[in-house]
Amino acid sequence: MAHDTHTHVRSQAEYEYVRRQRAKEMRNQLTSFAMMIFLTLIAFTTVAADFSPYLITPIILLLAAVQVVLQLYHFMHMSNKGHGMVAFFMFSGMFVAFITILALVTIVWW
Amino acid sequence: MDLNKRYTPQTWPDHPETATMEGKNKFVGFWLLLAAETVTFASLFATYLALKDKGPSGMEFAAADLFELPLVFAMTMILLTSSLTSVYAMYHMKNHNFKAMQAWLMVTVLLGATFLGLEIYEFNHYVHLGFGYTHSAFSAAFYTLVGTHGAHVLFGLSWFIALMLRNAKRGLNTYNAPKFYLVALYWHFIDVVWVFIFTVVYLMGVIG
Repeated sequence: MAHDTHTHVRSQAEYEYVRRQRAKEMRNQLTSFAMMIFLTLIAFTTVAADFSPYLITPIILLLAAVQVVLQLYHFMHMSNKGHGMVAFFMFSGMFVAFITILALVTIVWW
Repeated sequence: MDLNKRYTPQTWPDHPETATMEGKNKFVGFWLLLAAETVTFASLFATYLALKDKGPSGMEFAAADLFELPLVFAMTMILLTSSLTSVYAMYHMKNHNFKAMQAWLMVTVLLGATFLGLEIYEFNHYVHLGFGYTHSAFSAAFYTLVGTHGAHVLFGLSWFIALMLRNAKRGLNTYNAPKFYLVALYWHFIDVVWVFIFTVVYLMGVIG
């Protein structure tokens, strides 16, 4: 039925291998987290430092984009296998999102 | 039904969240939801950007004077950390360590609740200044965007708590593993949206 699974009992070597793989993934995620904190700090600092808005705006938007990629690929596992459909959904969503924001902002600015 | 099937770390599948057909379907369906949510939030962001600082003539509130960065910085750090703690929870889920997973989910819920508390404090503060929902186009767009995010946080917290209580005695199996996996995804998505809120609303608001 819908919940049925095939049970596979791991050998000790297999078990230790997957544990190591997971620990490795965890370390990558910790690195991503450190980077996200760092990017956030840079974003807040640039604003507090009071540079020109024309300089700050593109920088903080870029930092946000990088941070979102880290979240999606490392925290939400999009870098793992079997995420082709997921990428298709998300990129379609982001495309529509981009067009929506562009359209409304353009109408107002015109 | 294999709700009663007991797993050990040795027999626990590599990807318990997609080990069953139901898990696979939930996984695909949930990401479709997240893509749709992206569009929902985009329309709210677009509305906010279009109506920022707009309102009746002589309006005394502007984003540049209203927002306070220290509070937003604290909220950002709390939500970002809660994203990491839910990653820890999923790490333990994959290692079939139910107690450690529940403990990290608990930490996540506490951090999420702190975030929500700070947001309520912030909104309450603005309303007392006279910046209520019906004050102007700007205030309505602001509260709708940030409030929708806050509602997502509240929903995520309720979801976490419901799953933790309902499965407290069940332990981990391939029936509930997809549920825990998806709520963690939802929580990360909330953090993704917040990254844009603190950037577009607060940081870009403060620089005018």
